[in-house]
Amino acid sequence: MDVLELTALLEAETINLGENGKIKTGYCGDFLSFAMGRAPSDCAWFTVMSNVNVAAVALLAEVSVVVLCENVSPDENLTARCKTEGLNIIKTPLSEYAAAVKLGNAIGI
Amino acid sequence: MSEECIRLEFNVDRGNFASAGSASEAVKTQLKLLGINSKDVRRVAVAMYEGEINMVIHADGGTAVVEIYHDRVEIVLADNGPGIADIDLAMKEGYSTAPDEIRSLGFGAGMGLPNMKKNTDEMRVESVVGTGTTIYMTVKLG
Repeated sequence: MDVLELTALLEAETINLGENGKIKTGYCGDFLSFAMGRAPSDCAWFTVMSNVNVAAVALLAEVSVVVLCENVSPDENLTARCKTEGLNIIKTPLSEYAAAVKLGNAIGI
Repeated sequence: MSEECIRLEFNVDRGNFASAGSASEAVKTQLKLLGINSKDVRRVAVAMYEGEINMVIHADGGTAVVEIYHDRVEIVLADNGPGIADIDLAMKEGYSTAPDEIRSLGFGAGMGLPNMKKNTDEMRVESVVGTGTTIYMTVKLG
């Protein structure tokens, strides 16, 4: 599964696409300290948090893609930071649970 | 003869969430350039980022000094903030004094200091209420 495939699977909108990296697993969570400490590298991070700090955490944790769920839109600073850093970020109308289930079913975890 | 190291210094601004993480990103980049394994790079970056965020939230900013040796990274985070009254309590997962507006940004889960402890091999907190806090962390490499 790569970022473009996940985007299609979740009927998501691309906000920024950098490198079309592989996705090995997923992580759901909105507290940034949890995500930073526990999100596996190369994962899809499902969240409804949409401020600029999401980019910093995603970069530190080396996630493959940030998936903004529930149709949450990123604030301007987050979009700008993702573009600067080449960070993948997409948004989907699905809930974190529904999006994670779809990924899990697709990659068999 | 003193041991060779690469020394990096950063100022962390109070209340500036947009720039929080810039010091840890810079250190991460430097460690990667040095060929440090990605697990250790992440440990250093997470510990530093949590420290940066703490200084942004709780203190009037502060300074971060990072020394990279061949076998370890030493980090000293110093601020002139309010200090920590009960360090043992502050080290507990889930304990936080962050206000609601900070929680709405996704911080204040009470994971900051525990994450720093978890990602370092040695950590020492010195704090005086009303004066400030200094945190010494060491991450062994390899």
